[in-house]
Amino acid sequence: MQHIRAHVLICAGTGCTASGAKRVEAALQEELAKKGLDKEIKIVETGCHGFCEAGPLVIVYPEGTFYVRVQEEDVPELVESHLYKGRIVERLLYKEPVTHESVPNYNDLSFYKKQQRMVLANCGHINPEVIGDYIASGGYEALAKALTGMSPTEVVAEVKKSGLRGRGGGGFPTGMKWGFTQNAVGDKKYVVCNADEGDPGAFMDRSVLEGDPHRVIEGMAICGYAIGADEGYLYVRAEYPLAIKRLRIAIDQAEEMGLLGENIFGSGFNFRLKIKEGAGAFVCGEETALLASIEGKRGMPRPRPPFPAISGLWGKPTNINNVETFANIPQIINKGSAWYASIGTEKSKGTKVFALTGRINHTGLAEVPMGISMREIIFDIGGGIIGGKKFKAVQIGGPSGGCLPEQLLDLPVDYDSLIQVGAMMGSGGLVVMDETTCMVDLAKFFLAFTQAESCGKCTPCREGTKRMLEILNRITEGNGKEGDIELLEEMSRNIKNTALCGLGQTAPNPVLSTLRYFRNEYEAHITEKRCPAGACSALTGYSITELCKGCGLCKKSCPVEAISGEIKGRHNINSEACIKCGACIAKCPFKAIIKG
Amino acid sequence: MKTIEDLKRMREQFQAENSLRQAGGIQVIVGMGTCGIAAGAREVMTSILDEIAKRKLQNVIVRQTGCIGMCEQEVLVDVVRPGEPRITYGKVTADDVSQIIGEHVVNGRIVEKLVVGKITD
Repeated sequence: MQHIRAHVLICAGTGCTASGAKRVEAALQEELAKKGLDKEIKIVETGCHGFCEAGPLVIVYPEGTFYVRVQEEDVPELVESHLYKGRIVERLLYKEPVTHESVPNYNDLSFYKKQQRMVLANCGHINPEVIGDYIASGGYEALAKALTGMSPTEVVAEVKKSGLRGRGGGGFPTGMKWGFTQNAVGDKKYVVCNADEGDPGAFMDRSVLEGDPHRVIEGMAICGYAIGADEGYLYVRAEYPLAIKRLRIAIDQAEEMGLLGENIFGSGFNFRLKIKEGAGAFVCGEETALLASIEGKRGMPRPRPPFPAISGLWGKPTNINNVETFANIPQIINKGSAWYASIGTEKSKGTKVFALTGRINHTGLAEVPMGISMREIIFDIGGGIIGGKKFKAVQIGGPSGGCLPEQLLDLPVDYDSLIQVGAMMGSGGLVVMDETTCMVDLAKFFLAFTQAESCGKCTPCREGTKRMLEILNRITEGNGKEGDIELLEEMSRNIKNTALCGLGQTAPNPVLSTLRYFRNEYEAHITEKRCPAGACSALTGYSITELCKGCGLCKKSCPVEAISGEIKGRHNINSEACIKCGACIAKCPFKAIIKG
Repeated sequence: MKTIEDLKRMREQFQAENSLRQAGGIQVIVGMGTCGIAAGAREVMTSILDEIAKRKLQNVIVRQTGCIGMCEQEVLVDVVRPGEPRITYGKVTADDVSQIIGEHVVNGRIVEKLVVGKITD
């Protein structure tokens, strides 16, 4: 056997794969073979590190050197310099946006310093397609501990005491949910994992499944033991092909090792897992719609009660939790509920993974203890706003959530404080917006999403969101009327009170929360026919200032010949003819054209 | 896998395979500057890896370093055992490797005749 002296970890998550990780890997393999180093250096594909913005990411051990944005053409230098001679390739190191210092080591990055990676502990550090990597990190020991040393009731009690709450959005206490299903009467019970992550801007569940699938499988098996189920389903949207592929490999490997199947750890407990691919309907993230979809029916919610704990999949008692919830279970069993409950705030325990997107420097995944402020997440971990622009608001909780303005940035992030200010934890997607975002336009975007994804079963959601969207459309087009705001508020209240499922009931939230914090923007659109952010094209006029040198480039670029003027003389825009395409602004070398 | 003991055994086995990603262990450091390479550092490196594999040693990390200015003494090989001074061997050839690994890395006995330097932290 050859001694392996170095491991090269290449991130093979969806983000890094999109930025070229597979090509880098192929080039690396070829280059190592060419240099005769292929026997002593191992290439390891890992899951997502969460630092997707800087991908493809490559880490070289034993040094632990962290390389970013590695491209195919960098590979020969990387092999020659680092792997052959042991010299770090400075130019590929990450540079801090503020200090511009290069950071050779993973753990010194400001992005990771304030994070507390528990659920994501293995993501990016193990090969998700090798069960041994998970076992080496202590994997399946919680399952062994539960099966051989704890009664199902003790497991449920432990989860209850940990204070873990559902990570999918609602924040219902997980232990209590398990208790309901455990106590429900039935000859057959099911465990279901909701991996139908559908919120725009949310990708933490995908990353956990891609980076550490066994953790979720172990959590589900422990749940199965606790509630008395011998079968489980993972409902994964088909748009996550890599997550599905890795889950299949993980399930096969676990079965082969006897960690799934019959008589696990000689305890008499049997547990099998199946994957159901969802077709990507947002509504199937709602638990009753999800169950209907597994049964092969059209994915539509039904009224509750009965709750799935009593009558779920095929009418049997079913416990349904989100990916991140299950991923929290093994560590609770391993380290104990008291340890878990010591992290976070009084009513929200543990950590939460957030997906950072939008106008933020470090797009990616951040796992932080509950109770941290939004300011720390966005500015310390997220590296602040792109291009040094001013922060305006952050949308939290996707289309069911709400936005938080600047003055609420110091709010501790937990389930209850977010509800109080009109937002919600949701699944943890954070969309950051800067001063160029129009809040009416934002509300319109999310409402357009829920309207398109409405399953159509109940009238308030089907018709109500459509009418609200029509009003928002007319406001952003400059045709808003007196009373539109009040009408939006009234409709929001009605939909919240009467829609059938949680998604319908929360659909008006983006409108309500933008109205709560940015009402003046709505009023400016309606009464002054002006978009303060300059984003709504129908309300934005273009004009040419005295900076104009008369070069004529704008005139040439205008597709509708709305610009007139002589060479070397100041030009003019005919606002009647202008279609507000912005082509002239892009062309002007003197920044003489302004919007607003 | 049927018992917790099976799982624990497996854990240890898999951990050993990934040990170089953890800190700790004995380090063997080969001078791979231009001078070192010219003096045959690559051959020394290869024979170190072969020797470690032959002896099935775990928890030994092989690294490279650049020129430290003692080019005349290349190939330089350093051995660092945790908590002990860093020993530098000079003019190492592939033939010396087996002795350095067998004596120093495995048994902690410094091969005095090859030593050119000692660094204590």
